[in-house]
Amino acid sequence: MKFAVIQFPGSNCDQDCLAALNGIPGLRAEYVWHKETLVDGFDAIVLPGGFSYGDYLRCGAIARFSPIMKSVVNAARSGTLVIGVCNGFQILCEIGLLPGALVRNRSLHFVCDMVTTRVEVGDSLFTHGCGQGRLLRMPVAHGEGCFFADEVTLRQLNERRQVILRYATADGRITPEANPNGSIENIAGICNREGNVFGLMPHPDRACEARLGSADGAKIFQSMMETIEAGRARAA
Amino acid sequence: MKVNVVVTPKAAVLDPQGAAVRDAMQHLGMPEVRSVRIGKFLEIEIDEKAANLEARLNDLCRDLLSNPVIEDFQVHGLESAK
Repeated sequence: MKFAVIQFPGSNCDQDCLAALNGIPGLRAEYVWHKETLVDGFDAIVLPGGFSYGDYLRCGAIARFSPIMKSVVNAARSGTLVIGVCNGFQILCEIGLLPGALVRNRSLHFVCDMVTTRVEVGDSLFTHGCGQGRLLRMPVAHGEGCFFADEVTLRQLNERRQVILRYATADGRITPEANPNGSIENIAGICNREGNVFGLMPHPDRACEARLGSADGAKIFQSMMETIEAGRARAA
Repeated sequence: MKVNVVVTPKAAVLDPQGAAVRDAMQHLGMPEVRSVRIGKFLEIEIDEKAANLEARLNDLCRDLLSNPVIEDFQVHGLESAK
């Protein structure tokens, strides 16, 4: 199984993603430079964290126009799994594959911390291996991670079960204190309506080994692998 | 010609930067300041002979210079091109 990790100028978690994915048995990851125009032959696409184009203008605002993104959008529309972490999440919102936007942290501080998130949708294409209500510990590192959506969008996100992860306390309660950036309703990760595009601010790529403090992030990548395998079995 | 684009956060979007500046202004002798909103100001040099300038610039304001989910924009200075 092969995942693509898209590299933008300013990506800085591309190596984390590659190392994390290659550390998962049965999974192989390869870089794809943003100037490429085709991202074919991959089972899933990863948009890594970082500061693409220096975060100029807005985070992800310029990266969304990179040549590779047309192919990423086409792949997403045809059902390929796409996951955007941190800056990758910002790019997915900017290009419109995900609703809402990520704005300056309410505290104005860059947050660099280990957080707890609660799995709100236990049967999504990205979290079905985790289970409903499961707590995932992953690091965050961002200055613009405050998720915003207007009232209508927010209601739809909730009704359509697109809010996949919320920031939670260590015992799983959704409280303002557990919210590292002021995100509306503690939202840490959402998917598109079809369910195959997922964006999240916490870094599963930095939480794939117990010796790094948590291996919970690997559960997300393993869920993706199971989704892809199930899709192949159906097609066969 | 010079065209100015002003990008401002929508009313529903929190602007913590603006709130911090408001607090600073209040502390620095202007307690009457009610609120501050911080946006962006872009000064753009542009060839005014270009065709269909207004529509194309508006499209780019929507697609690149602002994010319609969180921001509004205004274009100033195009009037002189007409």
